[in-house]
Amino acid sequence: MTLKQVVNNVAEMPASKKAVVDIKKLSLTFQTADGPVYALSDVDLTIEEGDFVSFIGPSGCGKTTLLRVIADLEQATGGEISINGVTPHEAREKRAYGYVFQAPALLPWRSIERNVTLPLEIMEISKEERVKRAQEALKLVELNGFEKKFPWQLSGGMQQRASIARALSFDADLLLMDEPFGALDEIVRDHLNEQLLKLWARTNKTVAFVTHSIPEAVYLSSKIVVMSPRPGRIIDVIETDFPKDRTLDIRETPEFLEIAHRVREGLRAGHSNDE
Amino acid sequence: MTWTKLDKFCLVAAIAALLALIFPLAGVDGDTGKQVAFVGDIPGFAVAMALCVIAGSAFTWLGVGSVTAGMVILAIAVFGCWQAISVLYDYGVAGYAGPGFWLFIVSLWAFVWRGIDVIANFHSLDRTKQHLANFVVPVAFGVWLLFVWEVVVSGFGVPQVLLPPPSMIGERFVNSTDILAADFHQTFVKAVLSGYVMGCGSAFIVAIAVDRVPFLKRGLLPLGNMVSALPIIGVAPIMVMWFGFDWQSKAAVIVIMTFFPMLVNTVTGLNAAGKLEKDLMATYASGYWSTLFRLRLPAAMPFVFNALKINSTLALIGAIVAEFFGTPIVGMGFRISTEVGRMNIDMVWAEIALAALAGTAFYGAVAYIERKATSWHPSFRVRRH
Ligand SMILES: Nc1ncnc2c1ncn2[C@@H]1O[C@H](COP(=O)(O)OP(=O)(O)OP(=O)(O)O)[C@@H](O)[C@H]1O
Ligand SMILES: [Mg+2]
Repeated sequence: MTLKQVVNNVAEMPASKKAVVDIKKLSLTFQTADGPVYALSDVDLTIEEGDFVSFIGPSGCGKTTLLRVIADLEQATGGEISINGVTPHEAREKRAYGYVFQAPALLPWRSIERNVTLPLEIMEISKEERVKRAQEALKLVELNGFEKKFPWQLSGGMQQRASIARALSFDADLLLMDEPFGALDEIVRDHLNEQLLKLWARTNKTVAFVTHSIPEAVYLSSKIVVMSPRPGRIIDVIETDFPKDRTLDIRETPEFLEIAHRVREGLRAGHSNDE
Repeated sequence: MTWTKLDKFCLVAAIAALLALIFPLAGVDGDTGKQVAFVGDIPGFAVAMALCVIAGSAFTWLGVGSVTAGMVILAIAVFGCWQAISVLYDYGVAGYAGPGFWLFIVSLWAFVWRGIDVIANFHSLDRTKQHLANFVVPVAFGVWLLFVWEVVVSGFGVPQVLLPPPSMIGERFVNSTDILAADFHQTFVKAVLSGYVMGCGSAFIVAIAVDRVPFLKRGLLPLGNMVSALPIIGVAPIMVMWFGFDWQSKAAVIVIMTFFPMLVNTVTGLNAAGKLEKDLMATYASGYWSTLFRLRLPAAMPFVFNALKINSTLALIGAIVAEFFGTPIVGMGFRISTEVGRMNIDMVWAEIALAALAGTAFYGAVAYIERKATSWHPSFRVRRH
């Protein structure tokens, strides 16, 4: 290692190595009437600032549960988790999360603009500031011009974009997205993926993203977490080094296919363990 | 043209009108032994019948395809109704109506049915036209019912004590507006409105409190069902003893009647917000009150309005019945009970009409506010597409 490289590494240290999410030996067991459900077991994971982490795994492997634990919507039954050095609960009180659920979850009695300003209202931000930030957030998801519409007047994809704008409207440390494009068709999905990437490149946000699609995971992420079910655990963590301004074309590169192959292998291994 | 293509309602109208010309118009007067009236002596009526025969046969062939045709039919029916009323009152047929007269009414019925049917099926993108059609249908139907009531009561000579004709009730209504206004003021403005506001308002606030205390939620609701099953007949005299003869005791009865529907609905409504939405609010670290006002109360509004609508009818009934058990000498319930005693049935009916008008207007006002306040709700918004 040359001196120059060492200096470079040291210089990069504070910027790239700050852990936003730090999970150690985390487990979660749901007590149900039919006995315990081991949703997560022995999960170790670090998400660093500026990371785009995808979670991929078969249905029921605990992806949603993991995201909910991070967001303090579910309590872990074992292990440790810290967000920016504090507990998830404290992080939630500090409004560290922008959560995009699988369904848009827009409030039907509010216009799109007022849906986007909802978190800002709760955070008691002034009216002009709210409107300004809503405008910016809606522009990011290409929904400007739809401010005064109501959710049911928008298509499913537009509603999901509005819910993303809502999560972007305040400066959350961590964007949690649970299969946000799961219900959309391939073309809309590609388009939204591109937009999401651009947004990530521009804002340098930290993103945790759940998906069922291998290409989507490889295309978007800087880190792919492959999970297996019963009990839900991490079986592989794959780092990718595509540039942040990647385009859809990278999906034809050998590098891309290689990573996709590794993800698929991981998923398959998880399945055979299961039987 | 095949049989199925014929317009059957118009066919019925034509045949009934034709038969009406053949059968005697009126019965025989017991004193004179003569028929009371003949079609030949009443040109207007004869013209109306002939029109029905001609238009009936014409439209049987042509069909009633357009709104214009429906309007023509209704216009003929209106003329026929006017002539029928005139025959009853100007030519002394009232009480002596014969088969010819009733057949003519059957003919009119077929016309009105067909005409309203055509207009009811009218769909237009032009909003004013559509609104007009939506308005004409219930009005035409209501007017027709009043006409049938009038004709049946006076045609058969039903005693007024049993059922006065609407014209008599209307006359009574117009001639006693000052009494009616005083009764309305006493019963509706004083008792109903204040009882309604107090009952619904307090139940709303209690519901929010109950919602925070789990054991109240479990314990109070069964109790609530019991209280709402209490007969007002039993409660009203007690309230009169407690709160005196004036409107306060009626308001108290209304509070008892309206409290639990509102409480139960609001508590249910407060739990109507979805889990996803609640989680969303949690991720923003939204406090109890913030979530209440931004999520749970708006989500509860359809339930709250449901209770408000139920209560708007309950309140009026409660006030009127409660007045039977003691009241100052004014009020709708008081008037009904005393005028029944004096056999002034037309006045009773005028009060009933007033109660119906007030109740409908009250309900309509609440429903209108509901529409404005919860226009986002699927049950309203689907109509816009
Ligand atoms: N509240 C709960 N109570 C009991 N069991 C639960 C609860 N939530 C989730 N589970 C169970 O935990 C496991 C993981 O669920 P989770 O929703 O995290 O899966 P997932 O990976 O998000 O699946 P999908 O891809 O279908 O969304 C499942 O077996 C599920 O049945
Ligand atoms: Mg899930």
